Amino acid sequence: MTTLAAPEKPKAQTQIINDFSIEIATINGSGSQTANNMLMRSIFQMGIPCSGKNLFPSNIAGLPTWFTIRANGDGYIARKAETDILICMNPDTVFEDIRNIRPGAVCLYNEELPVSEDIRTDLIFYKVPFAKIVKECCPEPKLRRLVTNMIYVGAIDFLLNIDLQETFKALRKNFSRKPKAAEINIVAAQAGYDWAKANLAKRDPFRVERMSKTQGKIILDGNSAAALGAVFAGVTVLTWYPITPSSSLCESMIDYLEEYRIDKATGKQTFAHVQAEDELASIGMVLGAAWAGARACTATAGPGISLMSEFVGLSYYAEIPAVIFNVQRTGPSTGLPTRTMQGDIGLCATASHGDTKHPMLFPANLSECFEMAGDAFDLAERLQTTVFVMLDLDLGMNNWMGDPFAYPTRPLDRGKVLSAADLQKLGKFERYRDVDGDGIPYRTLPGTSHPAASYFTRGSGHNEKALYSEKPDDYRNNMDRLARKFDTARKLVPAPVEQAEPGAEIGFIAFGTTHDALQESRDQLRNEKSVKTSYLRLRGYPFSPRVKEFVARHKHVYVVEQNRDGQMRDLLALEVGADCGRLRSIRHYTGVAIDARFITSSILTQEGR
Amino acid sequence: MAEIAAPQVPAEERKKNRLGLTLPEYQGSASTLCTGCGHDAITNQVIRAFYEMGVQPHMVAKMSGIGCSSKTPAYFLGKSHGFNAVHGRMPAISTGAMLANKQLVTIGVSGDGDTASIGMGQFIHLVRRNVPMIYIIENNGVYGLTKGQFSATADLHSKSKWGQENQMQPIDCCSLAIELGCGYVARSFSGDMKQLLALLKGAVAHKGLALLDVVSPCITFNNHEGSTKAYKWAKEHEMPLHEIGFVPFFEQVEAEVKPGETKRIDFPDGSHVILKRVGEDYDPTNKGQALLTLLKAREENLFLTGLLYTDTKTPDFCTQLNLVDQPLATLPESLTRPPKAVLEEVMERLR
Repeated sequence: MTTLAAPEKPKAQTQIINDFSIEIATINGSGSQTANNMLMRSIFQMGIPCSGKNLFPSNIAGLPTWFTIRANGDGYIARKAETDILICMNPDTVFEDIRNIRPGAVCLYNEELPVSEDIRTDLIFYKVPFAKIVKECCPEPKLRRLVTNMIYVGAIDFLLNIDLQETFKALRKNFSRKPKAAEINIVAAQAGYDWAKANLAKRDPFRVERMSKTQGKIILDGNSAAALGAVFAGVTVLTWYPITPSSSLCESMIDYLEEYRIDKATGKQTFAHVQAEDELASIGMVLGAAWAGARACTATAGPGISLMSEFVGLSYYAEIPAVIFNVQRTGPSTGLPTRTMQGDIGLCATASHGDTKHPMLFPANLSECFEMAGDAFDLAERLQTTVFVMLDLDLGMNNWMGDPFAYPTRPLDRGKVLSAADLQKLGKFERYRDVDGDGIPYRTLPGTSHPAASYFTRGSGHNEKALYSEKPDDYRNNMDRLARKFDTARKLVPAPVEQAEPGAEIGFIAFGTTHDALQESRDQLRNEKSVKTSYLRLRGYPFSPRVKEFVARHKHVYVVEQNRDGQMRDLLALEVGADCGRLRSIRHYTGVAIDARFITSSILTQEGR
Repeated sequence: MAEIAAPQVPAEERKKNRLGLTLPEYQGSASTLCTGCGHDAITNQVIRAFYEMGVQPHMVAKMSGIGCSSKTPAYFLGKSHGFNAVHGRMPAISTGAMLANKQLVTIGVSGDGDTASIGMGQFIHLVRRNVPMIYIIENNGVYGLTKGQFSATADLHSKSKWGQENQMQPIDCCSLAIELGCGYVARSFSGDMKQLLALLKGAVAHKGLALLDVVSPCITFNNHEGSTKAYKWAKEHEMPLHEIGFVPFFEQVEAEVKPGETKRIDFPDGSHVILKRVGEDYDPTNKGQALLTLLKAREENLFLTGLLYTDTKTPDFCTQLNLVDQPLATLPESLTRPPKAVLEEVMERLR
């Protein structure tokens, strides 16, 4: 291996407090996930804003996996492209891992790896004899492989000045139901710490100092947050077919339901969950359940949406509520099923055949995963149509810190459902008549004890009375009403969030997980280049009229998204019409989450600065 | 055996059932199928079965997929909610509806294309789950709405209207259902009204999935010489395994059960059927015998009808799921949204 950088020993540097990224390279299935989460939680408990991202293969055991932690006292928690501290545990990737990190970075490596420290002279190396330490601290040979990872946590605690007690606290919390497991891990963390203290001379600048910026906050993954949102939105039917990265949303929902939604008086379930035979069936069950009055949802990813599309169209035309959580990922089949992407915007906006369009919600953080799950059920029942909640793998499967969730104050909105008493009062019922002028008709549920209640549900060929019709006027009138209904949705979906900067000629439009990187990039542009920018964060589709106004106010508007074709930019261009020439595009599509520096340099290039 | 006719207004129109409803109150809109279609004869028996059983029309959900058969729910029980789903996907819609409201009486009508081809996956999983509903396959061996292509239930060497011979093995939905644990599996013929009516009433009484595979000739595309789903062939070849009589729980008549001659099958609601031996002794509670009998029928090209298999004790899907008694659809918010303290407890755990 050749030397990659100038052969210059890193000079003594000033300390870098609460601003670094850690990359941990391990082997999938080696049990590193717990250790990595404990390290992140220790930093979080020290009060420093941080995030963790797991970059894992489509594999159960044996292939390389990387976990990155970013800690930043200013609150920037988007992925940082450069690694400051590398922990090498995987012989298969060690050389590439070391080659990729920035000059001046730290490399802590397992003594057993064939690393020669002169391959890069611009790094700070720490060699740790993991096998020796684990042998001494863990008498049970079977457990050694698992607790080895806690040794690097202990060593890093020492090097970065992380309070070891915080790691212990994190472990006890994590293993609250298995105190023995907690103790074995605590011993290993302590051993790593003690060994580092006795044997390593601190030569790097990175350091953690206590802050209070995480006080009261929680750590959770977005899928669990959305699952909780559904549970508190009164979900009664969940159907699903396992697919990464959405499976954990369903599994987490089932856990919460089984814990909190068993009827105390009878011990029976106030919910049903079904693992379906495929996505065709899971969305079919959702439609059947919602048609009969349940609050029903499913969760899937892009390939599942493709399979569900026929039913999504039926939901649109027959006007049946459905909530679909789409945890977006890359590619079909053996594409990159475990990598992130905002890649289904175009697909979900018009999924199915004929003229169809569907509301979408775009959560950007934990609280929004929770709230928008509730919004989605209310909107689906209010609008009698499919509503997509667009998460992505990064938000859904990674641990994020966030504010605790506020208990919903609004009662459930079950939409325009007529009871037998309502029918008695009204005297008649026409399923698809626009009584209120908002495009939304009234419906009845099977089982409603009134002679006027029943109607026949079918696709697009029906008149206002739900009778079969192929008449041109009936079809057109119905389609026009559905368009009016979609316009009603415009006022009901979550409004965009605007951060206007007076005098800014450049505007940003982004959504979902792009938010954190974008905020950081705006600060980089302001602080480093004196470029002022405004920002509108989309939270719902159909777009609010404010989006069009925002575009009109700026010379250039950059739509930043994580796909190749600028799917959201295209959708916006349709909406803003004449102003679409102002819309520019920044597209990140590597399967890895977007970072601030990427946005900043794209803007500077496109603006010719 | 009577000749098949379009839905007709029965003579005893004013006679009321146990709910005080007349037979016309169980009818639907006029059929738009070809005159003489076997499906219309089945429709008539569905109307009669629900009327005689005294099922509340507003508690019925009528489900179907796509095809000629799937149009028929519009022709019966006009006071019930109906759902014409997408092709082959009626099982999923029905499963969802039953999860939402397990008090519904659900009847699904499908065809051989809708079930045995595009819908095969959903069909077998519906059976596996034992979703409580009646599932009728109106089986004519061809795709009617798309004009006469073979379906997957067409018998080996059966001929199409244009003289082509089917070279592939038929799928026997009854054998599949028995293998997958279905507790009520019957085969019948749209021309055998008496048997069909009794089997339909038994299906209403059964708690779990009740499958009726009814050979129902397509008058337009599959009623020719050389077809094994033609009226003539079916009439000449039908071999009932037994004579079947249904006794509802609300009209108990004690018939004597004679060993070797009659068998009695009891349903959880108190209804029962009496099966009277016509040929060889047949025990529909014996899974092995049922499967062997169907295998023999396939090998010897026999058209066996009757109650092929029954097991009235397997818990249905809603029971397996331990659902609350009230339909999930109408649970109040107080039961579906946990209190604030629960959210606070969860948040505390995540801090």
